[in-house]
Amino acid sequence: MHTLPQQLANGLFIGSMYGLIAIGYTMVYGIVQLINFAHGEIYMTGAFGALAVYTNLPDSMSIWAALPLMLAGGAIVSVLIAVGAERLAYRPLRGAPRLAPLITAIGLSLALQQVVFLWYPNATAGKHFPQLPGGPYHVGDVDIQSGDIFLVVAAVVCMAALAAFVRTSRTGRAMQATAQDPDTAQLMGIDTNRIIVIAFAIGGFFAAVAGLASGLKYGQIKYDMGFQAGLKAFTAAVLGGIGNIYGAMLGGLVLGVAESCASAYISNIPGMEQLGGEGWKNVWAFVLLILVLLARPQGLLGERVADRA
Amino acid sequence: MTALLEVENLRVSYGKIEAVKGISFSVEAGQVVTLIGTNGAGKTTTLRTLSGLLKPTGGKIVFNGKPLTRVPPHKVVALGLAHSPEGRHIFPRLTIEQNLQLGAYLRKDSGGIGKDIDRAYELFPILGERRKQAAGTLSGGEQQMLAMGRALMCQPKLLMLDEPSMGLSPIMMQKIMATIVELKAQGTTILLVEQNAQAALSLADQAHVMEVGAIKLSGTGQDLLHDEGVRKTYLGED
Repeated sequence: MHTLPQQLANGLFIGSMYGLIAIGYTMVYGIVQLINFAHGEIYMTGAFGALAVYTNLPDSMSIWAALPLMLAGGAIVSVLIAVGAERLAYRPLRGAPRLAPLITAIGLSLALQQVVFLWYPNATAGKHFPQLPGGPYHVGDVDIQSGDIFLVVAAVVCMAALAAFVRTSRTGRAMQATAQDPDTAQLMGIDTNRIIVIAFAIGGFFAAVAGLASGLKYGQIKYDMGFQAGLKAFTAAVLGGIGNIYGAMLGGLVLGVAESCASAYISNIPGMEQLGGEGWKNVWAFVLLILVLLARPQGLLGERVADRA
Repeated sequence: MTALLEVENLRVSYGKIEAVKGISFSVEAGQVVTLIGTNGAGKTTTLRTLSGLLKPTGGKIVFNGKPLTRVPPHKVVALGLAHSPEGRHIFPRLTIEQNLQLGAYLRKDSGGIGKDIDRAYELFPILGERRKQAAGTLSGGEQQMLAMGRALMCQPKLLMLDEPSMGLSPIMMQKIMATIVELKAQGTTILLVEQNAQAALSLADQAHVMEVGAIKLSGTGQDLLHDEGVRKTYLGED
């Protein structure tokens, strides 16, 4: 199945996952200007949290009944790690030179990988993850797996809920204010520490959803799965304009579609026969990033940061 | 009678550099008190310390009977001390109305908030005309109006204004100063930091001249307005 509609659909599926993870990068960056490089591992631990719950459920339980419990388990693990990292690792470094929290984030990322590698039973190899029954469904030329449907529905629901939250709730407004001018936000009576914790928690929850969806889609999870997914999601966040939640989702979708189509079609171009296929897809993803940033350094939906009056 | 705000021997440092070197002053309810002085005198540092954005290295701040020295900024606002910061700092990508609503962030009375937003539009009609516009599109003077209107939204017991006339055209500067006079007439207690010494002194009940982190001279606005040293240094007279 290498039709164009199939490639587009594959791109949108994987792009939804990049987008879900990218939300965490972009929200945290938008508020504290920190690239949380441990965020890929928060996604990974979410998948393991969901699997741990599933493993402890009775065999007779259907996967549909297990799904909410798995999501809850993954979300608890991811949110606790995200919020704990903020409280214990990043907050003490607020006001320190930018490099210090960045290095801390990289260290935390390695530490989380190793903790799962060593502590989770038999996690050294890939772990089997349950899959959703049903499918593949044929829509025209396109084959769609149950896991893909879950992924897209989850992404749409999460994104719509987040957009409504940021636009209409009092806390959402406080979040926008904190992102635009943290000192002045405090002068309005906003507890910016609380807002930062909420940003990390939302990012953690979205990462857990992505972790669960990824397990369901591929049927396997691994302790190092967060590295590449995190890098791609970070790319998506930058591509869309870091700090912008809609940009994160758009960046994810554009990146997913671009790498899916590039790996399928680049090799049809005369002289580029060797540059197609799965192996090259990451190369094209980053080529796209570079091209977009050359034309629009602020990303697709990013705003040029004007000098404050 | 104790004053609404009492500052005693306040000290503030940036690293090893002491920016405020033990100043004392007070603000009585209903008064307009001004701090004047050149750039780097420590006026803005003083206001930022009062509102909790900076931590003092020494001294005492008592506001409405409560010590403020270790209170974080969001709790200072809750006590009734509003701060309209230097450089205005409106939220550029939110609308004018959203900016005003954020000023009332800690209030729960949505009816009262609505009334106060209307009052801000009465005080500054241009803001009402552009209520749905992003605040970043306003001119400097309009942004200053918004910053003041926003600070008033928390119904402060004391309003701190930092350089409200900075960078404004003479006409806009007059408008802003006229608004401060109007607020004073309504009984608002104001602590005003201003580089336009003439304007600030003529409307202040009490005034303090700051130089390199210390208060050099204090008196009523009228006293300082007629003080020879002040006239020479701050009012540009030979």
